[in-house]
Amino acid sequence: MAWFRKDKKPLQAQDRRDVPSNVFDKCAGCGEILYSERLAQNLNVCPSCGHHLRIPAGAYLELLIDDQTFEELDDHLRAADPLGFRDLKSYPERIAAAEAKGKTEAVISGLGEIEDVPVVIAVMDFSFVGGSMGSVVGEKIARAGRAALSQKVPLIIVSASGGARMQEGIYSLMQMAKTSAVLARLHEAGIPYISILTNPTTGGVTASFAMLGDVNVAEPGALVGFAGPRVIEETIKQELPEGFQRSEFLLDHGMVDIVVDRRELKQTVARLLRHMLGKPAATVGVEDTEGDAGTEGVERSAG
Amino acid sequence: MPKTAYLEFERDVVEIQDQIEKLLDLAERKDIDVSAEVRVLREKLDSLRQQTYDNLRPIEQVQVARHPRRPFTLDYVERVFTDWIELHGDRLYRDDGAVVGGWARLAGRSVMVIGHQKGRDMSENLLRNFGMSHPEGYRKALRLMRQAEKFERPVITFIDTMGAYPGIGSEERGIAEAIATNLREMARLRTPLLSVVIGEGGSGGALGLGVTDRILMLEHSIYSVISPEGCAAILWRSAEHREKAAAALRLTAGNLVELGVCDEIVAEPPGGSHSDWDAAATLLGEALERNVRELAGIPVEKLLRRRWAKYESMGAWREV
Repeated sequence: MAWFRKDKKPLQAQDRRDVPSNVFDKCAGCGEILYSERLAQNLNVCPSCGHHLRIPAGAYLELLIDDQTFEELDDHLRAADPLGFRDLKSYPERIAAAEAKGKTEAVISGLGEIEDVPVVIAVMDFSFVGGSMGSVVGEKIARAGRAALSQKVPLIIVSASGGARMQEGIYSLMQMAKTSAVLARLHEAGIPYISILTNPTTGGVTASFAMLGDVNVAEPGALVGFAGPRVIEETIKQELPEGFQRSEFLLDHGMVDIVVDRRELKQTVARLLRHMLGKPAATVGVEDTEGDAGTEGVERSAG
Repeated sequence: MPKTAYLEFERDVVEIQDQIEKLLDLAERKDIDVSAEVRVLREKLDSLRQQTYDNLRPIEQVQVARHPRRPFTLDYVERVFTDWIELHGDRLYRDDGAVVGGWARLAGRSVMVIGHQKGRDMSENLLRNFGMSHPEGYRKALRLMRQAEKFERPVITFIDTMGAYPGIGSEERGIAEAIATNLREMARLRTPLLSVVIGEGGSGGALGLGVTDRILMLEHSIYSVISPEGCAAILWRSAEHREKAAAALRLTAGNLVELGVCDEIVAEPPGGSHSDWDAAATLLGEALERNVRELAGIPVEKLLRRRWAKYESMGAWREV
């Protein structure tokens, strides 16, 4: 089992760049002025209202994966320009601009451990072209799925996406089929797949792998849907109800299993995995193993 | 067929058609011989049609694919198949009129036929919701596909939709989950699956019936991740740039063959399927029959391995 113990430096250094570097931040939920450092210590969950601020992919790896266990896969894949697409800018120009901010694509994938359980994990990054799914995202997710299949370890995907990468045309649509086809094989092999939905997850990502978890876990208040709210409003010519397409709305309508506070995400995923894999409950770090302990502290919309 | 609706670039074609009809009418009323004139006009009509339809710009292809007089799924069902029995409902919530399905025979062979269904007038469109399905449509489709699998029968899907319906009920009842589940389940269905894009292949709503062993496209159909209008509104910040978006998206049948997504283009009669439904149905019927026969001859394990390999290889990327 040497593959997941490779000595790689943790991701902190890169992640910090995405967190606002000024001293104070204003919470988008309640407007409270907060110390950036205190906010970061709290995993960018507002200490006064529980609002979950958006965090980059590396921050999810840091909070979910055991120290020193992450080994990145497929970081050599880069977007191509199969259509020679050009709108106001060319697609390669858009990609170059996104790459200049220090990321290579809208997903990072690799091997790691969650409370000592080996997993394959893929985390999407909304800051790279809106977390859109093109061929590289689809391919990296598919390869992550195949790695889980061949190593017989659970697959975890953290989604954040504005939808398809339309500059890749039909190929971006076909990534939905590609990723779902790999999940079909995972499903048949009896390997756990946990889907974690973060703000926002929409379009083709929602209508493929993000909704196909054995368990779908959502962060509080995340926008999760197929069509974007504006498109729906334009279609039906009426205002959308309060809380529409938020995690709690999806929970009420039976589309996600559980809404979990970011600060309890790792523990919840680990407990689910141990259930699924037939492992005994952890002896430390779990105060309450009965009922719906995982939803404790969750910010819910009224009603 | 009503000849009220026609496209801008069809104007000359429609004008000649009208002239022929006027001449024939005159000939009948006045008892004169116009056959020579009519012959000349018919030849002119044929060459003009050919010329027009051989040189469609991408945005014109989009217009033809959405042509209101183009045959829809049930028009083909009536002409290509026999012994059709429509089946209704998803067994969970309701029957979605935007997707039709049922048993039918293709050259005597029982197959499950499923397709998006558009409407031609207001009352039809109320029933069909303009061919935009709610989750129930995808769940009905999956129920029928599993029925076909149970009885080891091939499935043929007809794709013709602007997209899945973006509405409150659609989201409440999990349109994303319904499509996602179809993608995963179609990838593992143990029976031959064949799809044909007959008009508009719009985004995830099209793909929800489209994960199949082979994908055919009618000559003037389109298949795209987003409508040219939607793409232009986002990337060019105005839907007015749809013509540029239509070209950039590379959404014609020819483009999709080049990109390795479409397996075969089915020819349409001169002037497009809407000019001759019966001829269009004959051409499509032949292609479907041949493809179903070929797929039915492949052992199911091999079929599945090929299906996975096909979808898992789709896309283009660089390695550094």
